[in-house]
Amino acid sequence: MKSAIWKLGAVGLTALLASSPAFAAVAEAPVAEVAEAVAEVAEPAADAVGGGTAYIFNTLLFLIGGFLVMWMAAGFAMLEAGLVRAKNTSTQCLKNIGLYSIAGLMFWVVGYNIAYPGFAEDSMGLIGGFSGIYSMQGVGEADIDTGYSVASDWFFQMVFCATTASIVSGTLAERIKIVPFFIFVTVLTGLIYPVVVSWEWGGGYLDSQWGFSDFAGSTLVHSTGGWAALIGAIILGARIGRYTDGKVNVFPGTNIPLATLGTFILWLGWFGFNGASQLAMGTVGDVSDVSKIFVNTNMAACGGVVIAIILTQIRYKKADVTMAMNGALAGLVSITAEPLAPTVGQSILIGMIGGAIVVFTVPLLDKLKIDDVVGAIPVHLFAGIWGTLVVAWTGDATFSGQLVGVLLTAVWVSAASAVIWLALKYTIGLRPSAEIETAGLDIHEIGVEAYPGLANQA
Amino acid sequence: MMKFVIAIIKPFKLDEVREALAGIGVAGMTVSEVKGFGRQKGQTEIYRGAEYSVNMLPKVKLEIAVSAELMPKVVETIQTTASTQSIGDGKIFVLDLESTTRIRTGETDETAL
Repeated sequence: MKSAIWKLGAVGLTALLASSPAFAAVAEAPVAEVAEAVAEVAEPAADAVGGGTAYIFNTLLFLIGGFLVMWMAAGFAMLEAGLVRAKNTSTQCLKNIGLYSIAGLMFWVVGYNIAYPGFAEDSMGLIGGFSGIYSMQGVGEADIDTGYSVASDWFFQMVFCATTASIVSGTLAERIKIVPFFIFVTVLTGLIYPVVVSWEWGGGYLDSQWGFSDFAGSTLVHSTGGWAALIGAIILGARIGRYTDGKVNVFPGTNIPLATLGTFILWLGWFGFNGASQLAMGTVGDVSDVSKIFVNTNMAACGGVVIAIILTQIRYKKADVTMAMNGALAGLVSITAEPLAPTVGQSILIGMIGGAIVVFTVPLLDKLKIDDVVGAIPVHLFAGIWGTLVVAWTGDATFSGQLVGVLLTAVWVSAASAVIWLALKYTIGLRPSAEIETAGLDIHEIGVEAYPGLANQA
Repeated sequence: MMKFVIAIIKPFKLDEVREALAGIGVAGMTVSEVKGFGRQKGQTEIYRGAEYSVNMLPKVKLEIAVSAELMPKVVETIQTTASTQSIGDGKIFVLDLESTTRIRTGETDETAL
């Protein structure tokens, strides 16, 4: 222990000397030699943090990553609150805080155990883990062998589950009743999403049979949310008056500053989403990889924004700020399947292509009369597929393996979602009456207006 | 005799017009944010890849009750101050005003202006 402290001191001194140009010039050769020698001994020394120390750092990574991803719920809420019309804003806010909480309950009640069922050696790994609630650790308990606190892992996994549900909320804004929406979220977070996770992170079918690779969830989280949103949008239909006589009628968002803040919050949260998906910070190698993931994640988003600005400027002669926001998120989704292996240049390129996909597919969905209020389908589904497939180029995976992962997710999530959405449609109904939709959902579904008018301010 | 002047002007001209009117002795006015169109029609905007036309453009409406003697000066002042020599500068309407009552005191007509 003492010698380790001495070595740390030597590293610090060397760094100090090297950072002083005058001193370095005088004693260039000896300093370089010392630095080299110290580097040799420093690496194994620092790498050797084991036992409790590694446990603490790994757990800390889960906790920091977890609360950053939790904060993404705020990002989704603000992005959506900004892009809907004023009369539906309270409803959108309630949907976001409600879905986060339902995801939390469901992931504890059944979700986690379905996601991590501990498949048997000879199992196909398709479905399992219906053992009920997750037994959280007791007070003062810590199993050093796991390498991290199981509660920190559960929390980190739970916020990913909530992110999946957030994606659906934005697409279906302004025209869905809250009760069927929350029922869908219950099934999505308790069953549909955990099953997809079990195939890959739970060591199931995609992981064991296909070598599928999805580092932080371009497919598992984003495409899953995207497919559920797409099927929902098709079954639910467009907002009243959105597409008339072959014309797309625009309902501009109410609050662009709020949507911008939401985008930046999501961007911030993504450092937890991708960075903490390294799942370990107990060694020099891991903490360096987390750092590289931060850089790649950031650069992909930057690429997505810049390309969205350039393309909308060229195509429409105006730079569309909401497309720039979508570009950032598409860049982030694209890099999520493999944020560690790519070079910075590759990351920027991956993000840029993600951003371009959004600019071209947002009008395409309008042509198909699929009404996606915030652009969640292009951002999370299309860019998610792109990000997953490109891992065959940058990471350790085959194209066929990646394609199987994309297709299997597509089939399962689409089919399961369709069953739930249709069942809700033909029982309690998905949409409010035309009268209520036109008046705004806030008054009838929530009873609280987001921006009360003059008459209400007395 | 009293006159009621309604002026529709470009929003960014409001401060200038208010100062000019105060300068010629106008004691008060009511201002609202309004939307409308005239010869300027609307303009085309782009939102998420779809074009849409904004038919109603934002303007500011001034409502001013003045004595008949002051009215021509008020109209002239608004016209010269609010003009940018370009389309969409707005319009000024003048109506006969039947009566005025100050709510606090109950004073009426010219004394209430």
